Amino acid sequence: MTRPVHHPLIDVRDLARTFVRRRRIGRLRRTTDTVKAVHDLSFTIDAGEMVGYIGPNGAGKSTTIKMLTGILVPTSGALTVAGLEPQRDRVELARRIGVVFGQRTTLWWDLPLRDSFDLLQKIYRTGPARHRENLGRFVELLDLQDLLDTPVRQLSLGQRMRGDIVAALLHDPEILFLDEPTIGLDVISKGRLREFLRALNAERATTLVLTTHDLQDIEALCDRVIVIDHGTAVYDGSLTGLHQRGGSTRTLVVDLVDEAPPIDVPGATTRRVEGPRQWLAFPADASAAPVVAAVAAAYDVADLSIQEPAIEDVIRELYSTPPAPPG
Amino acid sequence: MAEIQAEDSLSARGHVGMYAAIAGLWVRAAWVYRTSFVTLVVANGLITGLDAVAIWIMFSQLDLLGGFALHEVALLYGASSLGLGIADTLIGSVERIGEYIRTGRLDQMLTKPLPLLLQVCADQFTLRRLGRITQAAVVFAWAAAYVDWTPARVGVAVVMVVSGGAIFFGLFVTFSCIQFLTKDATEFANAFTYGGATLTQYPLTIFPREVMRSLTFVVPVAFVNWYPCLYLLGRDDPFGLPGWLQLCSPVAAVAMVGVALLTWRAGVRRYTSTGS
Ligand SMILES: Nc1ncnc2c1ncn2[C@@H]1O[C@H](COP(=O)(O)OP(=O)(O)O)[C@@H](O)[C@H]1O
Ligand SMILES: [Mg+2]
Repeated sequence: MTRPVHHPLIDVRDLARTFVRRRRIGRLRRTTDTVKAVHDLSFTIDAGEMVGYIGPNGAGKSTTIKMLTGILVPTSGALTVAGLEPQRDRVELARRIGVVFGQRTTLWWDLPLRDSFDLLQKIYRTGPARHRENLGRFVELLDLQDLLDTPVRQLSLGQRMRGDIVAALLHDPEILFLDEPTIGLDVISKGRLREFLRALNAERATTLVLTTHDLQDIEALCDRVIVIDHGTAVYDGSLTGLHQRGGSTRTLVVDLVDEAPPIDVPGATTRRVEGPRQWLAFPADASAAPVVAAVAAAYDVADLSIQEPAIEDVIRELYSTPPAPPG
Repeated sequence: MAEIQAEDSLSARGHVGMYAAIAGLWVRAAWVYRTSFVTLVVANGLITGLDAVAIWIMFSQLDLLGGFALHEVALLYGASSLGLGIADTLIGSVERIGEYIRTGRLDQMLTKPLPLLLQVCADQFTLRRLGRITQAAVVFAWAAAYVDWTPARVGVAVVMVVSGGAIFFGLFVTFSCIQFLTKDATEFANAFTYGGATLTQYPLTIFPREVMRSLTFVVPVAFVNWYPCLYLLGRDDPFGLPGWLQLCSPVAAVAMVGVALLTWRAGVRRYTSTGS
């Protein structure tokens, strides 16, 4: 008996994309320079995974998503998504994926949400029954019932983002690509969105690929993280592994009732003191609970919060430490 | 190449149906604000009608313009304006693809399972140009009363209107593709397309011979109205060109639309999206 060969849902090999940029120098002369937005990029993603694609601004995240979704032609390299070649099979691929760009909307500015969804039903030729069922479900989950007749231009950023997510899911895509979905959202909207995406993955096994520069998105959603910097992947693995390898730290911000000398508890080091507020660093892969407990036991605490490391710091640490031995 | 694949997965009839469905939704949406819609249609009819008025005023001083009487010039004007109105309506937002590229709208459209050109044409579809079409139809109908109709001439007239729309459509799409290469080339493209359209409102005999040549062989807008109207009016070609050219509008239309589709495809292939 032969076993079927394992085909990953997304297969990226030695992908590269360069842009030529024209620049003016002086009044008349022009020069062109080449930007390597993405280069030597390889990874595979299996069906049902939730993968965080993270990196600082300008790292090449959006360019990668645009190649995966058929918007941009790769300059070189091989790329298949759901067995298709995105640029060549763009139309066929479009039926099987959903795409959300955080700062842009796919909805029609002048139309009420409902009309945008109707247009999408026409464009995707979704059956009326399935359209109605999906619309009902997603609108309920994302709490958009009362906004269906509001023109998109009158929606807040968070409401529009939820509308965009519904728009991307009405045709039951196998893969949902989200480019910076949480950018600009307030804490509550972010939380709600993450919860929805988790439920989507659990209920429908939709594969999620989301780019972000916020480690909290990854923390909340993704088992796997791919770190991209200067156009290429510098890490691919679990979030815990990333922290271990980089030796990165999270920060516990403690507001004491009274000013005090630097806090001294096991497992953390105090980095900064400003009046009654103190910043304590502890390893990002360790639990915060023992540190919090130790601080609370020894001091009068008014408030506590935990800060994730910034992606820029994690990347800096990745470069400054040699790779951990395998095992 | 992506566009070719798309043609395969949805028949030509399917495409027309899809276009109509999307356009219909836009028309319905605009109907919510009917007062402003009607105002826009009337305004469009009046403004574009000024061209017709200008010709009429000219004839208060002249009996013939380039050897053509008022009703003959009106026929030329009506046919050209009809073609322009139809093309203008059908292409929807094509002229604004530069803006669509800058705002990322084109990216969004590329993630939808329809040919890009169809989407851009159907997007924000508006019947505002009904004003021009109505105005042109009235002038054309008046001029048609002077034509000595035969079945062949009726056939040529119908083919003329369809081909005229197609030629202008192809022209608009082709010149809009410049926007894939450089930003903000709309003005340049408009100068060519609307400029060409304006010339066709007059008998080509009033221009130097070179104008007739370039409107026949380079930017073939002479086939929108000039040649077929010569046929309808039963006139010989004033420049001495062969009579069969008067029946060549559909050929010019097919060629122009072909050039447009090829240019569009080349443009999409060179598309580089927009940096954030
Ligand atoms: N359409 C484009 N034209 C020219 N340069 C681009 C374009 N898109 C992206 N770039 C450049 O490529 C690099 C990667 O950009 P991008 O993929 O948008 O990064 P990210 O999404 O990670 O912030 C940047 O230097 C950016 O300026
Ligand atoms: Mg980006």
